[in-house]
Amino acid sequence: MVDLKLKIEFGGGLELLFSNRRTHFVDIPSTKQQGDREGEPVDMDFLIHWLRSNSLKERPELFVENETLRPGILVLVNDIDWELEGEGDYRLKDGDEIVFISTLHGG
Amino acid sequence: MAPKSCSLCQNAKPILRRPKTGQQICKHCFFTVFETEVHNTITEAKLFKPGDRVAIGASGGKDSTVLAYVMKTLNERYKYGLSLFLLSIDEGITGYRDDSLQTVKRNQQQYDMPLKILSYEELYGWTMDRVVSTVGKKSNCTFCGVFRRQALDRGAASLGVDHIVTGHNADDIAETVLMNIMRGDIARLGRCTAICTQGEDTIRRSKPFKYAYEKEIVMYAYFRKLDYFSTECIYSPDAYRGHARGFLKDLEATRPSAIIDIIHSGEAFEVKDEVRATQKTQQTCKRCGYMSSNNLCKACSLLEGLERGMAATAISDKGRRKLDGQAPTPENLRTIPYFHTPITVAIDVLPTPP
Repeated sequence: MVDLKLKIEFGGGLELLFSNRRTHFVDIPSTKQQGDREGEPVDMDFLIHWLRSNSLKERPELFVENETLRPGILVLVNDIDWELEGEGDYRLKDGDEIVFISTLHGG
Repeated sequence: MAPKSCSLCQNAKPILRRPKTGQQICKHCFFTVFETEVHNTITEAKLFKPGDRVAIGASGGKDSTVLAYVMKTLNERYKYGLSLFLLSIDEGITGYRDDSLQTVKRNQQQYDMPLKILSYEELYGWTMDRVVSTVGKKSNCTFCGVFRRQALDRGAASLGVDHIVTGHNADDIAETVLMNIMRGDIARLGRCTAICTQGEDTIRRSKPFKYAYEKEIVMYAYFRKLDYFSTECIYSPDAYRGHARGFLKDLEATRPSAIIDIIHSGEAFEVKDEVRATQKTQQTCKRCGYMSSNNLCKACSLLEGLERGMAATAISDKGRRKLDGQAPTPENLRTIPYFHTPITVAIDVLPTPP
């Protein structure tokens, strides 16, 4: 099974939850490993849970709420608003660049 | 998944879905519509006239950084004829404001605008760090909010400006509408959606981003690669606002127009004359000359509470009466320097000669 190499970037204060580092390079499995969706290609929903389990260091409730990304966090997939890419259903490709930006911090 | 072309220019690849309209637009059209809408907000409300001196309330955060960039861009593009300044307030919060002020100092260079920083320490003799060590983390936001409002006006007066613009966006205003409804604060509900407040204040204050969604402001900063600072205040945010914010974000996720709808609802409320009559009239503070609805303005009252070691009592009107009842105000009390109404405003109120 081949891993996907992704570049993840956090901004708007979210980096504080991820070792205070803005840029992370991660390798994630290309297909889901367990549950009734085993064998399906991985998508953004999978990535969000994967990041919570593998990269997030503190205050998970500021990243994931009710099993989905917390409202108020913007996501870009290869510099495109993920709302144009199917949001959680977007199927990840090797080399994708994903940006998460929190809008919840003060102005 | 993404549609082939931008719904405005029908040509380039879309990069963003507008929360207000659902349109899918390209980067170039996004910059154009975002800037043009702010320009339209400014011109429809007739916020400025040529020659105005305008201070941008700058915290180094996303909203005020984008505001400074857009104000500079529009001033040049549409020849507003404004002199622009950056005005920052240093609350004295170690590890928070000191870092964000570094961002403002970079913005000063990047945007080539004069910068004025006024500190709580200089104006009130108290940093927020010291206030928190005295009053704790419960009511500290009250002190900070009251102090900041007056500090901005005083900073603006020292720059000789006519007008302060702040980065309050549509989400902030919708949040405030909700909070005022939930608290039954009729006076604030009546004025919180006003794009420009004047009369209750010595210097005009306005919100050019009144109709700009937070999502678009953040996306604008991202695509323009603007340099901003984002860390939560270390003294934990206003919890009540936090709930209103969470609720609003949930509503927005279900229906993106919710934010603009709530602002429109707020604008539609009309405060009846008989209700308005029960509200206090504005006067000037007997001690520092700043506008106030009591003999003492809120900042003087809070400062006196801090100085006399009775900070908690100074927060409410009831506590204030208690404070007055305890002992007369000591002679050597630290006070805020007297506020002189800027000359531009003073001319306006001169009576017409007979």
